[in-house]
Amino acid sequence: MNKFEYPVLSIRNLNKQFGPGCNHCQNQKESTLIKNYCPVCGTVYACQDISFDLYPGEILGIVGESGSGKSTLMRCLYFDQEVTSGEAILSTYEHGERNLFQESPQRKRYIRNHLMGKVYQNPLLGLKMDFTSIGNIAEKLISAGSRSVEEMEARGRELLEYVNIPAFRMKEAPKNFSGGMQQRVQIAKALSNRPPILLLDEVTTGLDLSVQASVLDLIKYLQREMNISMVVVSHDLGVIRMLADRSMVMLDGKVIEQGLTDQILEDPQSPYTQQLVHSLL
Amino acid sequence: MKSHYNFAFFDEGSKREIRRATLKAIAIPGYQVPFASREMPIARGWGTGGLQLTLSLIGKEDVLKVIDQGSDESVNAVNIKKLVSHTAGIRSTEETEEATIIQSRHRIPEVPLKSGQILVLQVPMPEPLRVYEPSELETKKLHAEKEYSGAWVMLFEHIMKYGTAATGADHPVMVHNRYVMAPSPIPRFDNPKMDHSKALILLGAGREKKIYAVPPYTRVKSIDFDDSPFRVESFEDKSCRLCGSTGVFMDEIVDDQSGEAVYQCNDTSYCLAQMNKNMPVGGTSNEQV
Ligand SMILES: Nc1ncnc2c1ncn2[C@@H]1O[C@H](COP(=O)(O)OP(=O)(O)OP(=O)(O)O)[C@@H](O)[C@H]1O
Ligand SMILES: [Mg+2]
Ligand SMILES: [Zn+2]
Repeated sequence: MNKFEYPVLSIRNLNKQFGPGCNHCQNQKESTLIKNYCPVCGTVYACQDISFDLYPGEILGIVGESGSGKSTLMRCLYFDQEVTSGEAILSTYEHGERNLFQESPQRKRYIRNHLMGKVYQNPLLGLKMDFTSIGNIAEKLISAGSRSVEEMEARGRELLEYVNIPAFRMKEAPKNFSGGMQQRVQIAKALSNRPPILLLDEVTTGLDLSVQASVLDLIKYLQREMNISMVVVSHDLGVIRMLADRSMVMLDGKVIEQGLTDQILEDPQSPYTQQLVHSLL
Repeated sequence: MKSHYNFAFFDEGSKREIRRATLKAIAIPGYQVPFASREMPIARGWGTGGLQLTLSLIGKEDVLKVIDQGSDESVNAVNIKKLVSHTAGIRSTEETEEATIIQSRHRIPEVPLKSGQILVLQVPMPEPLRVYEPSELETKKLHAEKEYSGAWVMLFEHIMKYGTAATGADHPVMVHNRYVMAPSPIPRFDNPKMDHSKALILLGAGREKKIYAVPPYTRVKSIDFDDSPFRVESFEDKSCRLCGSTGVFMDEIVDDQSGEAVYQCNDTSYCLAQMNKNMPVGGTSNEQV
């Protein structure tokens, strides 16, 4: 990371809650919540006051246990869900002068389709399982305005080859594919518009170790060759260690530690992170 | 004629409600207006959406034509015609020019429609994005935001799977550059007839409880790709074996004896009219076909 570079993406004070909140939890959040949950009104504070910067070409890792709010954060960043409050600035959008979260649904769609790509933890959410693989890639290109069959077919073929799906299977539906292949189709789709930012939510979870390794290699390769900035979420510190230059540790909806991944691993500050690191060793 | 039904089967309140939905549909071309689809003496899926429109609109002066896949004489068409003339006591016809209301399934007649006529199309599946997005809540959002990538994605899929943009029927159209609409399962051949149609076109889906409309002189464009433009079915070098017509939508029939494919007009009343025209005066004009 170069300190003198401007971030491509800046997130400030992002909050996401499920439920209306009550007097009890809105006033002194710290003392009254059980993990991320208000015992009085049942509101879940899934993401609390999250701020971070993503620099050009870097991979930022987010690690944390199940339920810590990682996927919720990613859904908010991709506008799958509305934030409760907060700010997101994209340097390549409107000279970085607009809070993305306050844009209209149409503008948000534009940003999603032109400036971002996402790979979902659950491939069912990222792909149309019954459509062809190349059709899934075309979906993103069509959303971004392409109306040429020939161009889309060529681009789709190129991308599928790039992620190691053989050309003769490109008209097959992802439902026929293994988990690792489905994730690679998702990656190809996410890359189709050459987005400056890629969001990857647990891309390797649930895959065999050898398949995991091939997907991780692909991500490393993308960073090197395409200089894409990525946010990589995983509950597996091993994956984060392998991919991310900088990382954040989340717990109960909050960022409890952030910095260079190596530093966090060598000298974890919070007791939770210490535990996490020890379990890795 | 005596009948124990109210005029045109429905009570006046029901007809008014359907007409209100219809007016809204006309005001927002291509937009699917929900309505309280009624129980009918024919099963849903057999044209109850179209029939409800027809019954809500028909007046004593109207002349009705009903066609099913191009034919005035199919059992369905005849049943619908019977029900309407029974309960409304109106006259029916097979001649397109003469009709004021034309209820149809799967076709738009060959004879160009005129201003003042109403074409009522029966619709099994009103949502053009349904295969792409199963949730009604989501498709509503997509329409609201004019987000129609899904329609093009489905067309792209078709091209990938079949190597051609030639969809079977119900090829989606963009209406008034705002709403993507299912034109009902008419052949692509009939899509251009919707563009700037002089007649009002109403579409009714009984099972799905939707009414939508193309008002006269509205721009209707079939969706396509830049490098794969929309094309209608071509019958270029074909002519009807009965009436000799060319440039109309034809059915392919394989001759039992020779095994050869022959062609004949799908629109039976058009075909008959052409045959009558071609007959020399005093000829056997009502020869069975
Ligand atoms: N729609 C929702 N309604 C209510 N609570 C929700 C909703 N979605 C998520 N949550 C809650 O938000 C919290 C964060 O969930 P999230 O899925 O973001 O966790 P995660 O860190 O991605 O976990 P995992 O590692 O299991 O994927 C959890 O307590 C979850 O129960
Ligand atoms: Mg998750
Ligand atoms: Zn509360």
